[in-house]
Amino acid sequence: GDSDGGSEELVLTPAQLIRSLEQAWLNEKFAPELLESKPEIIECVVEQLDHMEANLKRAKKGDLKVSVHRMEIERIRYVLSSYLRCRLVKIEKFFPHVLEKEKSRAEGEPSILSPEEFAFAKEYMANTETYLKNVALKHMPPNLQKVSLLKSVPKPNLDSFVFLRVLERQENILVEPEMDEQREYTIDLEEGSQHLIRYKIIAPLVASGAVQLI
Amino acid sequence: YDRLLRIRALRWEYGSVLPNTIQFHMSAEEVEWFNRYKKSLATYMRSVGGEEGLDLTQDIKPPKSLYIEVRCLKDYGEFEIDDGTTVLLKKNSQHFLPRWKCEQLIRQGVLEHILS
Repeated sequence: GDSDGGSEELVLTPAQLIRSLEQAWLNEKFAPELLESKPEIIECVVEQLDHMEANLKRAKKGDLKVSVHRMEIERIRYVLSSYLRCRLVKIEKFFPHVLEKEKSRAEGEPSILSPEEFAFAKEYMANTETYLKNVALKHMPPNLQKVSLLKSVPKPNLDSFVFLRVLERQENILVEPEMDEQREYTIDLEEGSQHLIRYKIIAPLVASGAVQLI
Repeated sequence: YDRLLRIRALRWEYGSVLPNTIQFHMSAEEVEWFNRYKKSLATYMRSVGGEEGLDLTQDIKPPKSLYIEVRCLKDYGEFEIDDGTTVLLKKNSQHFLPRWKCEQLIRQGVLEHILS
């Protein structure tokens, strides 16, 4: 949409909100790295779930609609939990890199960690560092004791291949060659088309919502 | 570090209270790591999802059906379900109950989900 520079209010119908949640969930599931956090979506979904629960409590007992709404609540809660769990797994897996990326984030750049995730990540790091210091390193010679977690914990593999569906037509996407002999070339991504491509190439398009990982 | 990852997995599989048989095999440092980890996780889960928080260790599988077949492992007594009716949970009795109501009791070891 067109932006006039001010902050846009997120006004979505419940259906659109759940769709946004599902899109964020799938992207997070299939992206090799931790994606931008979406606190607005989470907040609205939680509110939506509370609202639906409250409605159910007021409904007539034995009403058939109750089952259908209950199913929907369970489904949404599953997607939300799965999404947040997926993020936690990545945060724990790549913790030194995730924290480093967040610390060196420029002003105005979107955050990959929510404040709560940031606290969790810091605690995880401190906890793990303490453990390693107390256990592994006291048995090693002093010069090896300064272990850099940034170096020893592997980074996400951004070269892994992902499936995607194009939501907004993209032109002239630069593809770097895998082998030295090939030259780099550009491709156009037609709306609605599906591709198998290296994540690194299309990472910005996931963030902008131009493509959907599947 | 590999052991740590397995200990971390324990929190997600067994819950926040580790069976003694497992704790027996853990070093003091590992137990400390586990306790700090579960506390940190609990804080995070409380911060998400409104007043009660969102227990992320539940809803691990997508919901396939509203009702599930369960077997009662211990005597529990009367258990109320949504429409006001109560069920008597006696050891070895089997019931067809709403899934969301059973999850807690399954975790506590009172009920067992019968997978056909």
